Amino acid sequence: MDSLIAPPATPEGAVTKIEFRNIQKVYRVKKENGGGYDDFVVLKDFNLDVYAGEFLTLVGPSGCGKSTLLDLLAGLIPLSGGEIRIDGRIIDGPAMDRGFVMQAYALFPWLNVQANVEFGLTIKKVPKKERRAISGHFLELVGLTAFANRYPHELSGGMKQRVAIARALAFDPEVLLMDEPFAALDAQTRETLQDELLDLWEKTGKTVVFVTHSIDEAVYLADRIAVLASNPGRLIELVNIKLSRPRQGSRGSAEFGWIRHKIWRYLQNDEGGQEPIPELGVPNVAEVIDSRAAL
Amino acid sequence: MSTKTADAQVAIANPALTATKVNPGASLPIGKVLKPLGAFFRGFAIIFIIIGLWEAFPRFGWIDPFLLPRFSDVVTGFFTLLKTGEFFKHFNVSIARISSGFFGGLCLAIPIGIFMGWFKTFEEYVNPLVEACRNSSVLTLYPIFILLFGIGEQAKIAIIMWGTTWVVLLNTIAGVKNVDSVLIKSARSMGVGDLTLLWKVILPAATPSIITGIRLGAANSILILIAAEMIGSNSGLGFMIFYFEARYAIPEMYAGVIFLALMGVTVHEILCRVESYLTSWHEKSIYFGT
Repeated sequence: MDSLIAPPATPEGAVTKIEFRNIQKVYRVKKENGGGYDDFVVLKDFNLDVYAGEFLTLVGPSGCGKSTLLDLLAGLIPLSGGEIRIDGRIIDGPAMDRGFVMQAYALFPWLNVQANVEFGLTIKKVPKKERRAISGHFLELVGLTAFANRYPHELSGGMKQRVAIARALAFDPEVLLMDEPFAALDAQTRETLQDELLDLWEKTGKTVVFVTHSIDEAVYLADRIAVLASNPGRLIELVNIKLSRPRQGSRGSAEFGWIRHKIWRYLQNDEGGQEPIPELGVPNVAEVIDSRAAL
Repeated sequence: MSTKTADAQVAIANPALTATKVNPGASLPIGKVLKPLGAFFRGFAIIFIIIGLWEAFPRFGWIDPFLLPRFSDVVTGFFTLLKTGEFFKHFNVSIARISSGFFGGLCLAIPIGIFMGWFKTFEEYVNPLVEACRNSSVLTLYPIFILLFGIGEQAKIAIIMWGTTWVVLLNTIAGVKNVDSVLIKSARSMGVGDLTLLWKVILPAATPSIITGIRLGAANSILILIAAEMIGSNSGLGFMIFYFEARYAIPEMYAGVIFLALMGVTVHEILCRVESYLTSWHEKSIYFGT
């Protein structure tokens, strides 16, 4: 088992990039029957370290606070308790050391593709010539050079998300935050974009924090998966994914299926939390290793 | 245009489609030539028929030519007005009134609208008042304006401003308020401050709505201008029309009416062009034919 997934152990030489310390997030909601407020706990005692350059996915059911966690990390909403640090500095608001990619693309419809990619650079007051060079580079990376002068409404969903990724990378953030970026895409486009994203990640060396509700997507992309449970949102399991990269074609493999099932079991078991996961008659550790050897 | 290109691309991508689309005979090119011309004729045919009837009815004595002079006499009357310079005297006065009233209204309404759209609680306080002002008939207020400003230029400019302001204000508020929150989130995530957000995100996103308000405000301001000039005035196009009517200069009166109609159409057309130029990024529906 340890050959494929392992409990969280600090890998050798890993440098901590992001620290979540005792994160609390509470929303005040109006009581249903008349006056007063109830506290709705979205996140409780959440602790996590994200290593520099790693691809971390947050997976969990809706309402587990995974998107809230990303908004907190982006500095878009205030914490109710605890602190988040990047390179040891406490986060107190949004800044360009983090790039955010959303499910809804959020491209500016009045700007063409190139101007969208350059948006953050304009905010940074990068001179025009330099801006052109940078946007050209990233449009080439996402394969949209020919579409530089098109407007968002002329693009397909997959192309829009490529532009959004290029826009987030263009101002050179250290961390890329992705909130279910591929959830609105069709299955084929999603898989293509997953591969493109891994490619970009390897080329740029960014730290990626990726939220998804798809176990399959989480396993395919991640170095590590943080499994969250809801009510209140909390971390129940941290899983190292030791599938070798590149992972094209690995989805059908026994190892992949086994890890996916394991994560699924964690999510099923979130009530008890500590209960051991039964071995279910699916390939056990030895078998998995055997089948790998056979390949 | 874009849909045509898309069709062409589909056709290229799918040879089977092109094969089935081939039309026997040369009817297609003729259809292509006639289609835009047809739209042009459809629009103007009715107008030409009405002009023809207008010419025919007084000419053949089917209607009293004093009440409805021949169309050709109306055209002649218009050229006489141009020649004597009487028309320009009134035209210039009207343009001066409408431009100060209309642009004054814009200068007031757009900044206030942006402010109100931004501060939503403020908007909640004043919204009922704005609605009441917009929906009250402007001309019923004219006596109050005359009372306050006298019968001079001020009252006319003020009432035109009034008629422009509310519709522009409401559209500006709606435009600012309804900016897609995802766009704001996206900009905020890049650490954008309030002013930059306003300038780079909220204003561009609200532009279509603001322009619609401006277009409606312009139409309003022409209506109010003419009415105001008819009520208490001794110059301007509205006055001119009443003056000719009182002097039984009926062809000239009709010339004035037609000119105002043309002016309204022209202003509308110009603003529509500006609107489509400034909002060319807007998603156009492909489900309605051109």
